[in-house]
Amino acid sequence: MEELRILSPTAILGYGFPMASFTEGMKRKPHVIAVDAGSTDPGPYYLGVGKSFTDRNSVKRDLEIMIPAALEADIPVIIGTAGGSGGSPHVALTLEIIKEIAKERNLSFKLAVIESELNKELITKNLEEGKIEPLFPAKEITSQDIEQSVRIVAQMGEEPFIEALENGANVILAGRSYDPSVFAALAIKEGFDKGLALHLGKILECAAIAALPGSGSDCMFGYLRKDNFVLEPLNPQRKCTTLSVAAHTLYEKTNPYFLPGPGGAIDLHNSKFTQIGDNMVEVSGSKFVPTEEYFVKLEGVKKVGYRTISPAAVKDPIMISKIDTITESVRERVINNFENYGIKNFFLDFKIYGKNGVMGMFDSLDERVAHELLIIIEAVADTQEHADTICGFARSTMLHFGYDGRISTAGNLAFPFSPSDCKVGEVYEFNVYHLMKIDNPASMFPVKYIVFNKGE
Amino acid sequence: MKHKLTDIASVIRSKNSGPYELTFDIIFKDFETYNKVKNCRSINEDNFAPLYKISRSDIISLVYFDPAKAVKITIVRPITSGSLGETDVYGAQQHAPLMAMEIEY
Repeated sequence: MEELRILSPTAILGYGFPMASFTEGMKRKPHVIAVDAGSTDPGPYYLGVGKSFTDRNSVKRDLEIMIPAALEADIPVIIGTAGGSGGSPHVALTLEIIKEIAKERNLSFKLAVIESELNKELITKNLEEGKIEPLFPAKEITSQDIEQSVRIVAQMGEEPFIEALENGANVILAGRSYDPSVFAALAIKEGFDKGLALHLGKILECAAIAALPGSGSDCMFGYLRKDNFVLEPLNPQRKCTTLSVAAHTLYEKTNPYFLPGPGGAIDLHNSKFTQIGDNMVEVSGSKFVPTEEYFVKLEGVKKVGYRTISPAAVKDPIMISKIDTITESVRERVINNFENYGIKNFFLDFKIYGKNGVMGMFDSLDERVAHELLIIIEAVADTQEHADTICGFARSTMLHFGYDGRISTAGNLAFPFSPSDCKVGEVYEFNVYHLMKIDNPASMFPVKYIVFNKGE
Repeated sequence: MKHKLTDIASVIRSKNSGPYELTFDIIFKDFETYNKVKNCRSINEDNFAPLYKISRSDIISLVYFDPAKAVKITIVRPITSGSLGETDVYGAQQHAPLMAMEIEY
């Protein structure tokens, strides 16, 4: 095989794509349609609670186009990081959608399902055997951290996908996957250079984001050859330029010259970006550098409580000038009020927009204050009821707080909503972000098959 | 001579690079300017760290990336994405101090 063609319909399954671009892609006779369905960007909640950050109908819309088109063309569809986070409930959610589509469309095909959620005993055993190390800047973990984790997934490489392809899968649904693997698996199986295949995958996983103008909801096409690959946007309004592609190489990475993944890294020190015509870019020189031992990345989250928030605004200039001492006094009053009642362990925060709400994670960088402020009162406690109590009490205390110099004595806060407080539900934090040494990258992620015959 | 970053860069952005890191990209308008900035190392650990009041050791990498005529700075995230105290889960609005930055070359 001299050239392998890959269609990437959208940056994240459920973000959508124009039908015209998809049709253009299918005209170019791709050998595989691949899509990444996840990200850690939306934070720890989704992995913890077992829900997707993408919408069910949006995901179904995309798959309902991709799967029948691929079956018609007799090429595989590969879906990585199902349901946004790739845990077992996330895979199950997407599986349910695929089953629905198969039934509604009366489809016959072989589906491979690859899980990536690991059982905690296995991880604890590997920790005790010294096979787990933190991925800087994460800290060392103990077996207690693993115990506290509600869900831990491992990021698979291309190996389990290759196994599923060899066994004749038409559709592959996988849990947490290294984004490029989904795009590169068929190419690596067919003997193409792994460095080029993965680098191409790294760009295709964001679909048209690497074009100008960029878009997360439009298609991108990749042509992989022996010594290079070419990217082509499928919407005539977009162009790939050497700069748009090179700039995308920076996106969400630590160091653009060296991109680590399962079993090794893509080395871009000798990569060359060449313009082909006015809308295509050729890339050559990217290399895969294997590590001596094979490591996969683990992602895990723990539950830290329940959240209630209350957004409230302030216009009074005297109050604005004293806002920091006011929030501190309110905090003390809340702590004092419930000290002997038994609600002691809670997190109470005031995010002050118009002051340092956006960059509050850094030490105060800017002294400027706006003429009106939005304050989000946030309480996190061990139960939803306790979070409601702390948030509600902080809100009512602040509303009537008699600060020094107060002239406006009817109320300190402008509430945009009734009810003023919102229950946000469970709160999670990342607590595992580590590398685990494994012996066999394929057997770590067992592949199961489901055969659909006329939708059943 | 001093130059405002907003005058010589076409892209200034921030984003998570995984939940434990924040990364900043500055893409220059043209190669000529980029090369001057690169040759003088006008953006470096010593002038970046004070912008965010972080210590130099929190800078994981500061790389000049020729193919994109860009400087990329990656730092330890002050808190892990989504942890208690979070203000920007995606890390996409942490670039503002760079927009006031002036550099010399």
